[in-house]
Amino acid sequence: MARIVDMLTATRGKGGRLHWTDWVSYGYLCFGLLLMFGPVVWLVLSSFKTPNELDRFPPRFLPYVQETVEVEGFDDPLLVYTATAGELEGQRVALTRRAGSRAEVVVPDDPENRIRLQMKELEARERVAFTTSNYTELFERFTFFRYLFNSTFITVMATAIMLLVNSMAAFALSKFEFRGRTTVLLLVIATLMIPQTVVLVPLYLLVTQMGLYNSLWGVIIPGAATPTGVFLLRQYMVTIPDEILDAARMDKASEWKIYWRIILPLSAPAIAVLAILAIMWRWNDFLWPLIVLSENENFTLQIALFSFQGEFQTDWPNLLAMTVLTLLPISCVFMFLQKYIATGIASTGGK
Amino acid sequence: MLRVIAPVMNVIELPFRWLQRRLGLKLIAWVFLLPNILLFGLFAFLPVILNVFYGMTGGTDVMLADRPNVGAANFERLLSCDNYLDPNSCRDDKFWRAVYNTIWFVTLQVGFMVGFALITALVLNRKIRARGFFRSVFFFPVLLSPVVVALIWKWILQREGILNAFLDWLNGTWAIEGLSAVIVALGGTALSVQGIAWITDAGWAFFWSVFISVWAHMGFYTLILLAGLQAIPRDVYEAATMDGASAFRTLRRITLPLLAPTMLVVVILALIKGVQTFDEVYAFTGGGPGTATTFIIQYIYEEGFAGQPRLFGLAAAASILLALVLVVLTGIQLWLNRRSVDG
Repeated sequence: MARIVDMLTATRGKGGRLHWTDWVSYGYLCFGLLLMFGPVVWLVLSSFKTPNELDRFPPRFLPYVQETVEVEGFDDPLLVYTATAGELEGQRVALTRRAGSRAEVVVPDDPENRIRLQMKELEARERVAFTTSNYTELFERFTFFRYLFNSTFITVMATAIMLLVNSMAAFALSKFEFRGRTTVLLLVIATLMIPQTVVLVPLYLLVTQMGLYNSLWGVIIPGAATPTGVFLLRQYMVTIPDEILDAARMDKASEWKIYWRIILPLSAPAIAVLAILAIMWRWNDFLWPLIVLSENENFTLQIALFSFQGEFQTDWPNLLAMTVLTLLPISCVFMFLQKYIATGIASTGGK
Repeated sequence: MLRVIAPVMNVIELPFRWLQRRLGLKLIAWVFLLPNILLFGLFAFLPVILNVFYGMTGGTDVMLADRPNVGAANFERLLSCDNYLDPNSCRDDKFWRAVYNTIWFVTLQVGFMVGFALITALVLNRKIRARGFFRSVFFFPVLLSPVVVALIWKWILQREGILNAFLDWLNGTWAIEGLSAVIVALGGTALSVQGIAWITDAGWAFFWSVFISVWAHMGFYTLILLAGLQAIPRDVYEAATMDGASAFRTLRRITLPLLAPTMLVVVILALIKGVQTFDEVYAFTGGGPGTATTFIIQYIYEEGFAGQPRLFGLAAAASILLALVLVVLTGIQLWLNRRSVDG
């Protein structure tokens, strides 16, 4: 036990040489790298494989396709094999006809000379190639762009509304003295205790009564105000000096002008953090859209992906492609903004 | 973007100026608060009250006026058990299975997750190269959607997936023998590595549910713990080194005690989220096989929305019971952060 603890806490050895605990640390981190990124890399590689290749067991790491060749006298490209027996042994041949276990092949340069062989005497010639057919098929067969639009619409609208509503409330709670302020703050805290998951039934009633069932707005509106957002923004706005506001009031600026010309620009860092969090929450939202959206044309990407795997239990080729496309936007956001995301999440403690 | 927003904001300003002249500076604050309060009232507080009415009524109608009053019948159905430790003896055995699954799941998930998050945070807090890179590596899965997480692992764990291929390749070596021995020692059955059905075997499905949940959320807690570690003042460590304290002693006497408040916050946060686990496990196993990975939120979802008939009353009653647990946990969380809240 003590040794493990030593390993976890010791710092790097003197003189630039690595202490054995450093080796263990780097080992742990590399194992983490494999465990955290490996599954995603495997998913992405798999999505570029042909359906045949996906069925293969054991699977191969990289996507392969069988080579093909254009041969004079044949309309379609022919599959290429290496003969392992007979007079052509070791040569590259193209398969012209196949009947059961028997095959007829030609040497590509000599299409007239057909030779009969057994299928088992042929070995497929393959090369590494990323096929995009899973993706193109996805676009042709399914209304992928409809789902993409729905997801984007919900994410953008919900984020915009949330930023507006929460920042207005945070402004009032940080820059005004009025009776009932403490009560309002306590109420905001109280909403922390009411996550969506415990009020699903009444929310469903309210949304149906408002005619928002099976509508994108039914997903957007119920979650538009969040206690996290109010707190995050208020904490930041409190640090803006009151003198700036007073100066603006002297110049007869209305409170609205103060809000959007002074407060909003000055709280840009906090707003950016909240925006990133909101985008993440909304893009990945699952349970509430699952309840509200009942028709295929209104599905978000997440719901479509979920219903997809139920419908086509074994249709992995398209499913893999769609999974990759669903995780792509958020991964891009991550790559560019990961520093802000990390600080944002550390400072709010999540939702 | 400002070009779109600016005119809108200017238009809003006119009625606002008028309002401000009429109401004065004190009341204008309420105008700013109004949209947020309306949304909270309508979609948080009103539902809490409605939830109680749903919990006390039966039938399958959504409209409260059409629902017959049944008193505490829904709660009685959920809570009547001959023996609370045995779901089979309960009137609603599915509910109790979900409750026990959730308790087991939360215990294992929070334990492993916080444990690994702590180890990872301690390693990341050392003087290592590429720290920022490794920090984001562990954080990356946090951003993935629950459905994507479920599908990534389903693809790895499917019968002809890469994990089974890997085990097949290792078959007969000491690694498999050893692993098998460990599983037997833990009370499982010996591994036969020929195409294990990871998702349709009850025990494995539960194991992997815990695993993917830890995988997906660990980075988040690592980040919070790392922030806690970095907040510990350097000079405390310098003093310890001066006094010749061993690394083990430094960890036990300095790091862990000073990290304790952060640890507590992390554990409570993890419990709050763990109790509400639904998305990734539902997409991963669908709650199965049988009810092996059905948790409390799935019970609510299935009784109220997915099943026929839709038993809104039962779903509401179950969510009230869940809410009680969450209120206690959130209360502890707020009490822990009380200094940072009243600012």
